[in-house]
This record gives sequence, structure tokens and C-alpha cells, in this order.
Amino acid sequence: MRKSLGDPVAEELRFVVRSVVGEENFVDMLPNRSNNFCCGGGGGFLQSGLADARRAYGKTKFNQIKATNAAYCITPCHNCHAQIHDLSEHYEGGYQTVHLWTLICLSLGILGENEREYLGSDLAQVGL
Amino acid sequence: MAIEIGRVKEKSIFKDRIMSLLPDGGNLNACLTCGACSSGCPATGLENMDPRKFLRMAALGMDEEILNTDWAWMCTGCQRCIHVCPMRIDIPALIFQVRKSWPREKRPKGIRGSCDLALKHDTCSAMGTSEEDWHFVVEDVAAEVRETQEGFEDLVAPMDKRGATFFLNQNSREPVTEPEEMIPLWKILQKVGANWTYGSKGWAAENYCMFLADDEGWERIIRTKVDAVEELGCKVWLNTE
Repeated sequence: MRKSLGDPVAEELRFVVRSVVGEENFVDMLPNRSNNFCCGGGGGFLQSGLADARRAYGKTKFNQIKATNAAYCITPCHNCHAQIHDLSEHYEGGYQTVHLWTLICLSLGILGENEREYLGSDLAQVGL
Repeated sequence: MAIEIGRVKEKSIFKDRIMSLLPDGGNLNACLTCGACSSGCPATGLENMDPRKFLRMAALGMDEEILNTDWAWMCTGCQRCIHVCPMRIDIPALIFQVRKSWPREKRPKGIRGSCDLALKHDTCSAMGTSEEDWHFVVEDVAAEVRETQEGFEDLVAPMDKRGATFFLNQNSREPVTEPEEMIPLWKILQKVGANWTYGSKGWAAENYCMFLADDEGWERIIRTKVDAVEELGCKVWLNTE
């Protein structure tokens, strides 16, 4: 989205994230916006069979996520989600990887019991 | 008198051919060799390669070496290199052309397989999901929510709703491997009163033929998706991928 529509669109998503998780729980990673690092899941990398290279590529993203000390990383699409989730497991990052829709519904109190696959134990029971 | 630096090759090198295909030649001759691209590229170091090196090798006519490394498949096309480049050199476009220069049967099997599956049905699903399976999963999941979740007794995931404002697509791994991940999205759309629909055709968000650098397949998939949106008269194509 950033590539096709530019940084302003991503600002609107920051507004959504802040509204959903609360200002005090929002951590922007560094660098960010158009200067951010790609996770390494896209361009066909996840399907290429080059798993070692993909994870070596993703180490940059992994280190960047770990530097935030955040417990959750929000990903914009299925591809990023699959890669960043895999990086957490592979490098034992201990962070959760979630889609934004999960947090929007959680904050609205409408997230169903079977829709919590990617929440950690701290949030898994909230609002049930 | 101009000083000629280096030897001018007589044969048309790979880079020249690529430049003739790119708008403004992709600026491939404009490199200042500053290395800003490489310092921020997560693929730097893989296969002992980096964006600057790859570009310089192309400029020097090292065609064989460029085509003999898997590195073109380790670039995700994120475009950060263009973002930091003082000359706006389009390295991802160079990468795409290199991918295209691989014989189709030699390109990574996983990407090729996903592209081929997507071309099998008008759904464009890289998982090979048929229209029937897609209909079944969406209706099955929606019915379960209606039966089990308070407040969502009337939840719908509209299919082929003519004149809807939004045409929503979906990564096809969701209906196939984790269908419950689609539910939160439906709830949000219902909550805000969005007039939306899925389509029987062209609903799969991914396009592995693009990643495969298969122009013909890429175009066919895009056209199928556009036709699906236009057929239903939707105003906005919501891409979740």
C-alpha cells in the first residue's frame, strides 16, 4: 500500500492502531515509513523454496522488531504475517504476530473464541 | 577529447536490452556507486551479492554471472533501494527482467506451481481453490458464526452482490488453511455498514505469476480480477494482500 499510495495512507493506519491499542501501547519501529525494512516474505520468497536465505533476509526485520520490546507485531497482509510469525518461531523471538482485524475486533469486544489463534495468553481470554 | 574509460563491448549486453524495456532506461547508467542501496537492503550478503554489486555487474556486461546466481529470487522488490537512491535507479525492475530471463521451467518450483494453479480457475487462487469450494467455505463459516455468536445472528458474507461499493479480495490461504481469520473482517465491515461483496471469480488476492515474471500469466490474472470487479459494478477494489 505504501508503495502504491504513499506514506500518508500508512499514517491513517497508525491512527487506527493507536485508537485500538491506546497511545501508550503503540511503538513505532525504527526506521519506519518508506525507510522501513521489508520482512522478506514477499516477491514470492515464501514460495521459492529458499527458506534459509529467506530467514537470513528476515533477520534484519526480526532484530528491528525485537528492538521495540513490543509483545505484539501487527502485520498488514497474510504474506507479512506468515513471514514475521515464522521469524518469531525460528529465532525464538517470543513476540506474537497479529492481523490488525484481530485487534480491531478485540477492542470492539466482538472477537469470537475461534478467532484468537495468534493472540498471546495475556489477551486470549479478554472479552470472552 | 573525451576519455574512454574501460572497454566498450561490441555485443549488446544484458543491461542494454533491459534499459530498452524500462521507462527512462530505469536510470541503470546513472549509478554513483554510493552504496546507499546496499547498506539498507536486507538481501545484502546473501549469495555474496548486494544491489550495488548486482547493478555494477550488469553495467560491466557480466551477463552470465548475473544469470547464474539465485539472488534475483532473494529480492522481494520492496523498493527501499529506489527510495534511498540519489539517482532513483530502478533496481527491482532490473531484478524482474533477470527473473524473466530464466527459462520458465528453471524458475523456483514453488512460485511456478502457485502461478500455474492460479491460472487453472477464474478464482485466481494460487491454492487452486475452485468457485464451488470458495462458496462452500464462506457460507459454512458465516453460518457457524450466525448460529454460535451473540449479536451476529444476521452476519452475512455477500457473494456476487451486484452494485456493491466494495469488492473485497482475500489471500486464498485464508479460506483454505485458516478460514476463521476471515470472520473479524466481515464483522468490521458489517459494523461500519459497508456495502461490500466477495466475487465468485477473481477473489484471490495473490498473484504469483507476477513474482514468477510470467508476463502473460500475470496479465491474465489481473484481467480476470478486473473483469470480476467490473462485472459486478463495484466502485472500489479492496485488496487485502
